[in-house]
Amino acid sequence: MIEIRDLHKGFGSQRVLRGVNLDIHDGETIVVLGRSGTGKSVLLKLIIALLRPDRGSIVVDGLDVNTLNYDDLGQLRKRIGMLFQMAALFDSMTVAENVGLGLRESRSLSEEQIAAVVAEKLGLVGLSGTEDKKPSELSGGMRKRVGLARAVAMNPDYILYDEPTTGLDPITARQINILIRELQAKLQVTSIVVTHDLHSAYQVGDRLCLLHEGRIYFTGTPEDMQASEDLVVRQFARGEAEGPMTNGILEPVRRGAAGVRGR
Amino acid sequence: MKTETLVQPFASVGDKLFDAAASAGQFAVFLSRLLGELFPGLRYQRLIFEQARFIGIQSLPVVFLTSLFVGGVAALQTAYQMSGTMPLIWVGTVVSKSVFIELGPVLTALVVGARVSSSFAAEIGTMRVTEQIDAMETLAVRPIRYLAVPRLVAALVMLPVITIIANTIAILGGMAVAVLRVGISLHLFNRGMRLLFDSQDVYGGLIKSFVFGVIIAVQGCFYGFQASGGAEGVGIATTKAVVASCVMILVMDYFLAEVVFRLIFPA
Repeated sequence: MIEIRDLHKGFGSQRVLRGVNLDIHDGETIVVLGRSGTGKSVLLKLIIALLRPDRGSIVVDGLDVNTLNYDDLGQLRKRIGMLFQMAALFDSMTVAENVGLGLRESRSLSEEQIAAVVAEKLGLVGLSGTEDKKPSELSGGMRKRVGLARAVAMNPDYILYDEPTTGLDPITARQINILIRELQAKLQVTSIVVTHDLHSAYQVGDRLCLLHEGRIYFTGTPEDMQASEDLVVRQFARGEAEGPMTNGILEPVRRGAAGVRGR
Repeated sequence: MKTETLVQPFASVGDKLFDAAASAGQFAVFLSRLLGELFPGLRYQRLIFEQARFIGIQSLPVVFLTSLFVGGVAALQTAYQMSGTMPLIWVGTVVSKSVFIELGPVLTALVVGARVSSSFAAEIGTMRVTEQIDAMETLAVRPIRYLAVPRLVAALVMLPVITIIANTIAILGGMAVAVLRVGISLHLFNRGMRLLFDSQDVYGGLIKSFVFGVIIAVQGCFYGFQASGGAEGVGIATTKAVVASCVMILVMDYFLAEVVFRLIFPA
């Protein structure tokens, strides 16, 4: 279980997270939604301690990630897989080396065993036989799937997905969503998916939460979100350009357009 | 005049000093982490060999060319300066002394440093801005151990090796120019070389190249890890790495001259 309490994070004068409180239960797939720049990816990076919070705590299975030393953090990270937004594959390595890096580093398996695990995980994401390819030879969807194979290579308890469908065509995006659900069913992991893609959220999420103005504004099932009467949730769920989330944001554009017409 | 206008230059200087202090602090932290990871990082032998090949073998063409001409110009200028005032036997002496003590180690370090530190900064910087270093951390792989240590070890081993090769080529270049252009006999050039030859000159030069290897690797890796903000950030990191390496090499050359040739090998 992951318990997030009063989490604050800022960059310079910009306060991105302003008191996030969230419990993520074992075995569930929770989707963190929000507009671009609301701190969704920051939240993921705080969970895996790639960033340090200004205030607050993140406790994973009883361990406060911010109080762990580098070795203990390494042990914890082996139990958390992460799929990055642009896959973040190591472009100097082959697909097999990418997927097997964490295993090789832990030095608990022989080269033959690592090769077997790599083949198994690539099979899991439908990319058997691509071991010797370089990331530059793969399409965007394939790169994401290799990133996913790498994330699950060490049989983690948690998988963090940072915008898993961003930049993909609708069909590939749907395939990735199906893959996330299948992995969830096969591996019984706890998943945290960060996205602003509502279709993806409805497809993969057991529970959705909306990050707005630095806090968790809403949590509920996909049905709860669709049925919500709250103006903020409704604006996001319907993808409306105007509403409380975008208060007055279009006014300068309108004024500019009126000025051009008036000339 | 407003107070704000009066304070502005001081605030600007203050900001610069603050940035410099922050940068020095980051460098100190990086260096301490690098030293802490040095021995565990020695197990990445394949990566060390890959980097050694890049730093050593792939630098050979440019080192060959520059050393040949450096030796040649040293012989030509020495002969020109001495003609009519000193016996030309000293050409061989001056060429060998200057190559072994200064020209070989320093110019090799500058040429290899520009090539290698820019490559390190660009490669690691790109990994930083494309989240590959973050990905490494999530796999419990220590980026400094995995990326910086093999580069450091390869650089500090290969720089003296390349310097030996560069010294040899520079001497051959000097010899060729002395014989073919200046008209000194090979025998006279060799006698001149042996006249004041001291093996400590060679060892001193190699100690310097060892330190230069450390400077090149550390600066390249440090600025690579500091990169941020996409392609522009990688470009800035690369430029800073090259400038810092070259300046540090020249500054350290002075202090090494003080330490190596005054304290370790006093005349």
